[in-house]
Amino acid sequence: MEKVKKKIGSFSFWNWVTASIIFRLILIYFPKNLNLSSRPEVSTPLTSFRRLAEGYWLKQSFMSPYAGSMYHGSPLLLSLLGPLTINRIEGQPNHLLYSLVSVIADVVSAMLIRATGQNLRLAYLRSLESLDLVKQIEVSEFLFSGDIAALIYLCNPFTIVACVGLSTSPIENMAVILCLYGACSRLIPLAAFGWVIATHLSLYPAILIIPVIFLLGCGPDSPPRKLFLQRHQQKEVLNQSKLPPRFSWGPVIHFAFWAFLWSVYVLVLCGISLKQFGGLWEMFKSTYGFILTVEDLSPNIGVLWYFFAEVFEFFRNFFLIVFHVNILFMILPLAIRLRHRPCYLAFVYVAICSMLKSYPSVGDSALYLGLLGWFVNELADMQFSLFLFCGYVGVSLLSPVMHNLWIWRGTGNANFYFATAMVYACLQIVLVVEGVSAMLNHDRKLRNLITGKPQDAKS
Amino acid sequence: MVLLQRPHILLLLIGTHQFLQCWIAFGSVNEEGQKQEEFSEELLLKPLPDHKLLAHFHFQSSGPPSTSNGCHHHLFPKAISQLVQKFRIKEMELSFTKGRWNYESWGGFDPLSSSNAKPPGVELWAVFDVPQHHIDASWKNLTHTLSGLFCASINFLESTATYSTPEWSFPPASGNVTYGTLPCEAVCTENLTPWLKLLPCRDKAGIALLLDRPSLYRGFYHSQQLHLTSTGSSSEGIDSGIILEQTLTVVLQPNSEMAIEVHASEKHIQPSWSLSSIFGKQVSGRCVLAKPSSVYLLLDRGLPAANGLTSENFWSNPSFELSANPDRIFLEESSSHSKSLSILYMFQVEKYCESEPFDIGLMWKVPVAWLCQQTPLHASRFLMGSGNERAAIAISLKSTQFTEGFMSANSKDGSCELRVDVFQVVPWYVKVYFHSLRVFVDQQPRAVSDIIEKIHVSPSKDKMSPGVMEVVLKLPCRVNTAALTIEFDKGFLRIDEYLPDANQGFDIPSAIISFPNFHASMVFLEDDSLNKSPLLSKFQEKCPVMSYTEVLLVPLTTPDFSMPYNVITITCTVFALYFGSLLNVLQRRVAEEERFLKAKAAKKTGRLPLLLSKLSAKLRGRRLEPLHSPPSSSSFINSKLVLKVILVAGLAVGWQYFFS
Repeated sequence: MEKVKKKIGSFSFWNWVTASIIFRLILIYFPKNLNLSSRPEVSTPLTSFRRLAEGYWLKQSFMSPYAGSMYHGSPLLLSLLGPLTINRIEGQPNHLLYSLVSVIADVVSAMLIRATGQNLRLAYLRSLESLDLVKQIEVSEFLFSGDIAALIYLCNPFTIVACVGLSTSPIENMAVILCLYGACSRLIPLAAFGWVIATHLSLYPAILIIPVIFLLGCGPDSPPRKLFLQRHQQKEVLNQSKLPPRFSWGPVIHFAFWAFLWSVYVLVLCGISLKQFGGLWEMFKSTYGFILTVEDLSPNIGVLWYFFAEVFEFFRNFFLIVFHVNILFMILPLAIRLRHRPCYLAFVYVAICSMLKSYPSVGDSALYLGLLGWFVNELADMQFSLFLFCGYVGVSLLSPVMHNLWIWRGTGNANFYFATAMVYACLQIVLVVEGVSAMLNHDRKLRNLITGKPQDAKS
Repeated sequence: MVLLQRPHILLLLIGTHQFLQCWIAFGSVNEEGQKQEEFSEELLLKPLPDHKLLAHFHFQSSGPPSTSNGCHHHLFPKAISQLVQKFRIKEMELSFTKGRWNYESWGGFDPLSSSNAKPPGVELWAVFDVPQHHIDASWKNLTHTLSGLFCASINFLESTATYSTPEWSFPPASGNVTYGTLPCEAVCTENLTPWLKLLPCRDKAGIALLLDRPSLYRGFYHSQQLHLTSTGSSSEGIDSGIILEQTLTVVLQPNSEMAIEVHASEKHIQPSWSLSSIFGKQVSGRCVLAKPSSVYLLLDRGLPAANGLTSENFWSNPSFELSANPDRIFLEESSSHSKSLSILYMFQVEKYCESEPFDIGLMWKVPVAWLCQQTPLHASRFLMGSGNERAAIAISLKSTQFTEGFMSANSKDGSCELRVDVFQVVPWYVKVYFHSLRVFVDQQPRAVSDIIEKIHVSPSKDKMSPGVMEVVLKLPCRVNTAALTIEFDKGFLRIDEYLPDANQGFDIPSAIISFPNFHASMVFLEDDSLNKSPLLSKFQEKCPVMSYTEVLLVPLTTPDFSMPYNVITITCTVFALYFGSLLNVLQRRVAEEERFLKAKAAKKTGRLPLLLSKLSAKLRGRRLEPLHSPPSSSSFINSKLVLKVILVAGLAVGWQYFFS
């Protein structure tokens, strides 16, 4: 019975994948990409395709790509994707090649998500088996979280818009997913490569080093180690083989070595490509410096642009520190509480970053929503999921309307658009908080099943 | 007594010595001063084809080299000579302009228009004789000084985001030019008064007497300029000191009631005018300090031909009548660009006095129509696109009647090319995408590399430097229209960076379109007497043909200016919500765990010893053993308290250290 179900599932999975690819290709063939490439939701100063083209043009005319305040991306991206901004096939839309690259990046990301999801599901089943909870939790009802996550990623309108809108976020997302995939399947060089590239492209994935270390040290997500000990104490046989492995430093040191190697490699490549211009210091100033100082105040779906447009000059530095420290402050408590679930920790980190980053775009949301799919089984009891879904739909419909009213028609003002950004931030906060609480409750449920006590009411 | 007398003698000696020195110095100045320190006042009147009148006042003072007589001046304004010495200015031009020069009907291809048509607002450019790295400091000081001198907000040009250094497409000067404009500056009498103060006779005598404020500012175009040339500190042998040219160009509408009365039936007749009717004043003699003091009436190249004037009959012309007899008449030397010649009537103000004031009037008898000579291509600039997110600037060039003539002249060689230089400065909040530059020739898109021979771009840096684009276009001579378009994103500024009237929009300074292959000059016959007139000798110089485009008004999106507190509080609330609720979820215990913890707490006294023992167990690699002897509670509380106090004290010390 399960086999049949799996067959059907996989069959429809590939159908969905093909459908989403075809849908993307159709959208690409629309004239001017439906103007998606200039939407503030899609192209932030960091991910904008036009800025990439401008940087490439400057570089081609023997100027530093960072000469103006236009381009703030990586010089490697410029060398790889820059030529695609100019090359064109006769009789085809202008940026066809670049769009095809984004489609490929999306598909690769989806496949990596699927592989990682399957990996996680197997690990979860194995740990349930070793806890002897297979019967209590209906494992047969378990969804194929890998397939679901991949489909969420591929069919999410946010991903499609980011892909068709020629932003660079599909590639940044791919680097993040590559890092997590490598860590889950213990391909340490690949994980290090993904981490270095993701950090190089958008700085924020740097904090993913914590979940990656946990992943490499103790393997993929499992219930807390304490539960296993309790279970075995109950049985009064300590079967070491059934216990999850203890933290081992070997792979972590291995990872550090590879990360060092890759970052030196990336820096050398950047140095070579910027040799005749300002060098690496200029690159750091106009990429990481630009991210950290929120210089560009053009509207996006975040809240920081309006905040820094309105805040008094005197307090600017203070609030810059406060907002960036907000991300860092949560790292430690989350890492302590969710250390047995490194992939979930990675998801929470990605969600927090995409909520608090200086120039958020829908591409970032697409990433964490895709990763959320990995945990459909664990988060089955999450609260407010319908509310969140409706909120996301509502905001993504209202936000363009408000933007249009403000910028194009001049009938609304900035507060209209800022209000939708505010609601969006609140939705993400609710998602993160409820997600974390649901995961902690899930662990509690498992413990109660083991200790045989009646399930407590969720507080 | 002797001791007392001595100082007197000494003082006397010193006094006589200084007096002698001064006297000698004065004498020497007197010897050469006639040659060196000169002042001239001239006024040129020119009827314009669209029933208007151009009046061009030209005052020139030349100061001696600074080394010859220290810092004493007779005629030359001291403020200016100090300015030149202090900032080591080689050349400088400052212009205050109100209104827009109408290139189509007022012409663009004569020395008058190419050097006096200026962009609206303030334009300042300067060449310094200082090392490259001192230029910014000199510029900053210069803008502040000028802003004090002329009661204008020229000091807004000090920030690096407002000025630029064109490399080769700014024709009036070459070398290290620093160029800045303030298109939105309002020009009024408060700028004119300090300008007049630089004249030796101010507006109390001479031609400057005509500068009646109400009639000046009623005009269509008003441009007041100050041009400084100094060779004072050059290492070359020629040392001509400082030359200060002050010009004021106004385009006025003569009161046409007189014409209507006389020729009510004739609508196309040019209005008749006189100095007293347009300025409301007459010239009662010259400024006694001015060496040449003369008034000219210039009939443009097209006008005599249309008028039936020839070189034979211009003394007694049939179509108009002058109220005063000209002292001299000059005829232009024939030039290659045009068939007809201009005529210049000269009147000397010296002959007139208070009892017999000078007034000149022109009375047209028959209607005439003519065209001014225009620039090779007529340039205009406009914005494309709607909305406040992005737009495009388009510079369009249209051929004029001049190009046709030029083309026919050059038609022998089939492939002739017209070189056009474009110099465009954009403020940093107009974020130009230089890769989106498109060129259209005769409405057909052309490859950029075909038309653009040379391009130099310096992209704008946010709040640091403006974007500068210098382009050399090579257009085919038979071109009818050419257009350059370039896209830009509109920037979003901080709340305090907006001007007081933010919804009005921001100005993009004029682009400068110049034609380096063409030079405008007017050479008049009978050169010997002309050398004395600075105005006419200036006409003889070859000045580059250039035109300024319109100033563009870009509306930028504004944030809500009344909201800063609301935005700050709401955003901070959301962040607090995030931080608080997430932390709450992370540290919350449900009922079961709480009971368990309470039981634990009852058993054990503190968490710190537990942590310590856990740590030591970890370090020793053994499993955690239960604590056998819990430490006495009182000592533990003490240690905890001490620890807390130390922590707070450490924080305070650190804080103090960091901020001292």
